[in-house]
Amino acid sequence: MRARPRRRGPLPGFGLSIGVTLAYLGLMVMIPLSTLVLGSTRLGLAEFWSAVSAPRALASYRLSIGAALLAALVNLGMGLLVAWVLERYRFPGRRLIDGLVDLPFALPTAVAGIALTTIYSSGGVIGRFLEPAGIKVAYTPLGVVVALTFVGLPFVVRTVQPVLRDLPAELEEAAASLGASRLQIVRRVLIPELLPAALTGFVLAFARGLGEYGSVIFIAGNMPMRSEITPLLIMIKLEQYDTGGATAIALVFLLASFAMLFALNRLAARREAHAVGA
Amino acid sequence: MPMLRSLLRPAAALAAAAALAVPALAAGRTMLNVSYDPTRELYQDVNSVFARQWKEKTGEDLEIRQSHGGSGKQARSVIDGLEADVVTLALAFDVDAIARAGQIAKDWQKRLPDNSAPYTSTMVFLVRKGNPKKLRDWNDLARPGVTVITPNPKTSGAARWNYLAAWGWALRQPGGSEASAKELLRGIFKNVPILDTGARASTVTFVERGIGDVLLAWENEALLVVKDLKPGEYEIVVPSVSILAEPTVAVVDKVVAKRRTRELAETYLRFLYTPEGQEIAARHYYRPRQAEVAAKYASVFPKVTLISIDEVFGGWDKANAAHFADGGTFDQIFGVGR
Repeated sequence: MRARPRRRGPLPGFGLSIGVTLAYLGLMVMIPLSTLVLGSTRLGLAEFWSAVSAPRALASYRLSIGAALLAALVNLGMGLLVAWVLERYRFPGRRLIDGLVDLPFALPTAVAGIALTTIYSSGGVIGRFLEPAGIKVAYTPLGVVVALTFVGLPFVVRTVQPVLRDLPAELEEAAASLGASRLQIVRRVLIPELLPAALTGFVLAFARGLGEYGSVIFIAGNMPMRSEITPLLIMIKLEQYDTGGATAIALVFLLASFAMLFALNRLAARREAHAVGA
Repeated sequence: MPMLRSLLRPAAALAAAAALAVPALAAGRTMLNVSYDPTRELYQDVNSVFARQWKEKTGEDLEIRQSHGGSGKQARSVIDGLEADVVTLALAFDVDAIARAGQIAKDWQKRLPDNSAPYTSTMVFLVRKGNPKKLRDWNDLARPGVTVITPNPKTSGAARWNYLAAWGWALRQPGGSEASAKELLRGIFKNVPILDTGARASTVTFVERGIGDVLLAWENEALLVVKDLKPGEYEIVVPSVSILAEPTVAVVDKVVAKRRTRELAETYLRFLYTPEGQEIAARHYYRPRQAEVAAKYASVFPKVTLISIDEVFGGWDKANAAHFADGGTFDQIFGVGR
């Protein structure tokens, strides 16, 4: 009797690579996060609920998620533009500007926070001009958005750039020769090609914004109910010896973030499949 | 699982290397003093003098490390396993928290004289030169148009002390009540644009970043700014009533038992009560306990009526539950209470 041929993919090494992948993710991600779940079980259900649904906690979720979303949206638009400029035009200093894009990655976030605060506070280089117009950035929720925009800047640029680079300019020329207007080219040719990458960058920037702590605490003002981000609230709870409350809030924030990131990633993947199929 | 074993082996080797490296680095003895935010300069001085004395007495090289931050955060680190031989924190409540976690004996505050507070301080207003907003007392801080800088009472010892000082002042006013005190604090915090987590961060906000009309500061921190850091640019305003702040010190029993440093740690803390230790404290603008040293430095410290936490608030546990715990008066003035 002949042995049934084993069904396997054409690519060898699946067993080993998935094993290492799972072990690695388990060690680096799942084990630390599972202590969160364990830590919050110290609280009873009622205590857990009152910790995570306290007005101060709700206000912090609103600020953290809202500011991260806004900052990621700004970066989506501006990132597309920066990537476009860097890939489609040749001009002196292009490499320098290209290098600048990565700086927010390299700079310690606390340094970024202090610098932004200095610039945007009422006597600062920019704040001085915004203040008479009634716009306050430092120590307001707007400051949080500015800080998160800064730290999230590289993501969309860096995800879109390689796609744009591989997209031959002939495609646009062909569309033009077939009578498409400039707007049509952007809408029908470029955007569909770039959107999956841009969405991925958007999700990364958003995720970064949700967890960002170092730069925000300097510029936010940190007032309860108004300019207090969730990561700071968690720190404060810990410093008040309220470990249970801190882990409960952390857990809820984590689950909410995961749900949103998962949904956004699905959206990006669907877009990608669409673009490839088209 | 062979894969897991092969993963763990390098990790184990790394851990072993780290364990070997630590004793090799530390020749002589080491000790860690975990302290609160503005004591950096004080303990740098204390440590160098004490290490010299210790070397003369025992022949041992002694390296004292120091760690600083908001008092609550520092206590949290010790509870979570930072191996502090001694803690020198901003208030007894934070040492109590470590004691509750079982790392310090419950009766710690009776083990040293003066409630285990070798030096005291109080809360004052640091204002810009000429006091342009004419701030004289606590009620001035609640005036519209005044910007007040203070750290977050949830995390900072200084902020708790100055919150309670303002509260105590309001109670002593004619017709003063819990309600009027809460109203005053609500007014003050309406004028606070930024809450840093520690006293030093607030000083930086006020002095280096130039934000605010008044910083509610430790007296020692205010004197440091006025006399040493920026002479001539700031003034100290002493309110009519302030609070007797007793920063407390304790040996961390669990750690000294493990590291066999009890004798060293106890000698170190007792050094703070010696005339020499008291002199160093006074030079760094902490009010000394010892009468002779206090007399010598009397001109440095302004006269101020001091209320005590035990008399007015019935001790830290009660004060914390009423004001700083979740739902306490601090939460209430932000509309968070329920």
